Amino acid sequence: MSAKLAGPNIQLNELGKLKHFLTLEGLKNHHLTEILDTAESFINPTTKEIKKVPILRGKSIMNLFFEPSTRTRTTFEIAEKRLSADVESLDIQTSATKKGESLLDTLWNLQAMQADMFVIRHSESGAAHFFSQHVAPHVHVLNAGDGQHAHPTQAMLDMFTIRKHKGDIYDLTVAIVGDVLHSRVVRSQIQALSILEAREIRVIGPKTLMPESPEAMGVHVYHDMEEGLKDVDVVIMVRLQNERMTSALIPSEKEFFNLYGLTEERLALAKPDAIVMHPGPINRGVEIDSVVADGPQSVILEQVTYGIAVRMAVMAIIMSNAAQLAQHKLEQEQQASLDLVDTEETTEDTL
Amino acid sequence: MTELDIDVPKLISKISEQIKQKPMFNHSPKMIGIRSGGEWVAQRLHQQLELTDELGVIDISFYRDDFSKIGLNPTVKPSQIPWDVDDQHIILVDDVLFTGRTTRAALNEIFDYGRPASVTLVTLLDRKGCRELPFQADIVGESLECSQTIKLTGPEPLKVTILEKSEESA
Repeated sequence: MSAKLAGPNIQLNELGKLKHFLTLEGLKNHHLTEILDTAESFINPTTKEIKKVPILRGKSIMNLFFEPSTRTRTTFEIAEKRLSADVESLDIQTSATKKGESLLDTLWNLQAMQADMFVIRHSESGAAHFFSQHVAPHVHVLNAGDGQHAHPTQAMLDMFTIRKHKGDIYDLTVAIVGDVLHSRVVRSQIQALSILEAREIRVIGPKTLMPESPEAMGVHVYHDMEEGLKDVDVVIMVRLQNERMTSALIPSEKEFFNLYGLTEERLALAKPDAIVMHPGPINRGVEIDSVVADGPQSVILEQVTYGIAVRMAVMAIIMSNAAQLAQHKLEQEQQASLDLVDTEETTEDTL
Repeated sequence: MTELDIDVPKLISKISEQIKQKPMFNHSPKMIGIRSGGEWVAQRLHQQLELTDELGVIDISFYRDDFSKIGLNPTVKPSQIPWDVDDQHIILVDDVLFTGRTTRAALNEIFDYGRPASVTLVTLLDRKGCRELPFQADIVGESLECSQTIKLTGPEPLKVTILEKSEESA
């Protein structure tokens, strides 16, 4: 299914607003800023509490996880409940697809159970695109990670965390360290940082874990960790994706830590107020030292909390856009029938 | 179209006096303003009544009953009630009471925070005759007809203009 991906704009409706959320590719600064601003409105500025609001009452959201997940799945569920939606989570690895039902049949059956939105994670790149092209017009699809392609809500919660600590993304230097080749998170992060016009995006890692021409993504590539971390505002560590490696791309995890592990000494090369991020799950002693992961510059657990608000924002915006589009169409129809009456009247006048 | 400016400070003083007459005023009430016009009015009342607890502000955008028609309000901001709502006497302040739908939304939001001992509804202006829900204010600055539309600007200076369609100019 990854052979033919539809253009990214299938995620926008007739008014240019988000209908699905599949990838950040092709989106504009205003789409991303709207998500970040809306997420802000869900968080109490003094207590940092995220309150439940009734806006998606009566809407049904189904989480379809074809691949294991802890953080993403749980924060999606919490976000849906805080929006007052009805939530069903299906662990597809252990259900009907095992009995030979095709993906589309599964999807159509779930749609028949009156879902308004699907949140999908799948090991195949393009899975969410595929679903979005086969759902009914009133049903929305959110990508919660597809293969090595994209993980847009993760990238948005990372942008939100950066903005919370550093203000505007514009004017920041961000370094992403680790397995760039296999990471859908990194791909989405690079897109988000480019759309929000970060001053410089660096990727740091061994050649074997870099895509063929990373420069094409508008990033600066460093194979030397010390050099790459110099004077950065944000350090994003990503995990070695062992499950996606089909051959030995690194000599050993210990060797990897020696060359690219984030230690206190290395972090000292970044700006003194630099923040350390990681999308999780973290492998202590492989890509990050525990002292750094639990240290004062680490915002790793904040990322998780902000994930709730950002996912609430994406879902609220998509349902809001659907409501506005329906209203827009209704007004157009009313205008058209008014025009019709006008024409009729004019005809009578001239007679 | 004729325009009529309202004497806001005079109405604020009048409302303050009426609040002081209420028995709940002796039970250290707390005040909540509905963003944005109600917040501006509440700031003035809060000052004049010399209430010690910080002013609460609620944004009812997420509680509106027309989400399925108009979607999200792009200017929505977080609500902020900096104290416990449970068992408190609350003075809820809005700028204009019209259909009653904002009041419904505000009450729902307040009850998501807790169970107040009482809620006293205060409005600067009441556009009577167009209510769609059964809400009446306890204290009204000035009553208007529902045909009179209102332009409110603020927070400084807080200015209220009543726009009235006059038949002569039609």
